[in-house]
Amino acid sequence: MDKVYPDAHAALAGLLKNGMTIMSGGFGLCGIPESLIAAIRDSGVSGLTVISNNAGIDGAGLGVLLESRQIRKMVSSYVGENKLFADLYLNGELELEFNPQGTLAERIRAGGAGIPAFFTKTGLGTLVAEGKEIRDFDGESYVMERGLVADLAIIHAWKADREGNLVYRKTARNFNPVMATAAHVTVAEVEHLVEPGVIDPDQLHTAGIFVKRLVLCPPYEKRIEQRTVRKRGS
Amino acid sequence: MAWSRDDMARRAAAELEDGFYVNLGIGIPTLVSNFIPPGITVQLQSENGMLGMGPFPFDGEEDPDLINAGKQTITELPSTSYFDSSQSFGMIRGGHIDLSILGAMQVAENGDLANWMIPGAMDLVAGVKRVIVLMEHTARGEPKLLHRCILPLTGKGVVDMVITDLGVFTIDGSGMRLTELAPGVSLDEIRQNTQASFMVTSGLV
Repeated sequence: MDKVYPDAHAALAGLLKNGMTIMSGGFGLCGIPESLIAAIRDSGVSGLTVISNNAGIDGAGLGVLLESRQIRKMVSSYVGENKLFADLYLNGELELEFNPQGTLAERIRAGGAGIPAFFTKTGLGTLVAEGKEIRDFDGESYVMERGLVADLAIIHAWKADREGNLVYRKTARNFNPVMATAAHVTVAEVEHLVEPGVIDPDQLHTAGIFVKRLVLCPPYEKRIEQRTVRKRGS
Repeated sequence: MAWSRDDMARRAAAELEDGFYVNLGIGIPTLVSNFIPPGITVQLQSENGMLGMGPFPFDGEEDPDLINAGKQTITELPSTSYFDSSQSFGMIRGGHIDLSILGAMQVAENGDLANWMIPGAMDLVAGVKRVIVLMEHTARGEPKLLHRCILPLTGKGVVDMVITDLGVFTIDGSGMRLTELAPGVSLDEIRQNTQASFMVTSGLV
């Protein structure tokens, strides 16, 4: 089935509702679904719970949905680069659920795999474990964490065929593949679109079953947060 | 004379073993990659989804799709592999990474660690086989090696070794032990700048 929509607005049409939960892929500004975030901003949908490793930076990534006050709650591992986020949080305009990064990734993986909860050592004896069940296995204590499922996942991939089979590029992979599995509907923006059969099936990262809608993202400048280089000859 | 940041990184690099898979944190720990001893090969993990992290790119060769956990542009090596975040933290939580070297705000004499809000740190200290903290001995004159951490904990009883600008400590079931002094640093100077109780390796002073 051809899953390709003409643009980001069309790809999200009928999917957005006030108060819904959205997973958004990316690490920092690397591998974020930029055109889908812009379409969500334009839709005006509000009261969102957004599950994403970061909250973007001021003016980019999820930062634009913070500016427009469309996000009510963030489920994240790190928010250090976003000044507006800190201000909104301290003013009580934004709720934050902090998760250790690996716990966040595993909660999403578990949600996508039909696993409602799991046990991990991460966070044992810290604030993260407060109010959670602790259970001993083989003489060691573990914290129970819940799987996560969202109404919608928006992700970014490098290449796709029209069936929704996806390939990611380098560290832009990050949270995108697990989020693709953990939502009722997953919409992927991609940089290159090809016919089925063009990509070697052995080289695919996400199987098309996880992707409901696809959109080719318009050319854009990928942003770098920390440009670091070395001198030639060093 | 206390150790410089480079000296501290060089001392930490002496803990590397051939074939190790290692995660280096942001700040002074990043410098460790400059001092990998000759004849030793290690693979550096970046928890955003990469093993085999190469050096910074040459000017003009930056790739926005290729960054480390500090969001810095980096390069790949012939040994590089990429994976998603759940697999990355699976290899951390599953005990497949040999060594984590990271910074801290406070370390307690029982190995408790506080470096709150460093992303990924909670997972690293819970899962990696050996944890080394690389940090300045004091912050604005206040000790960072304490009886008990005051700041929220990142991990409980997780630190195996602390390297500061003044010396090296090991931590195990018996407590904290001073095992090395930086050149020109006296035991008195260490005591004045340390709140934690510690033993001293015999023959050190």
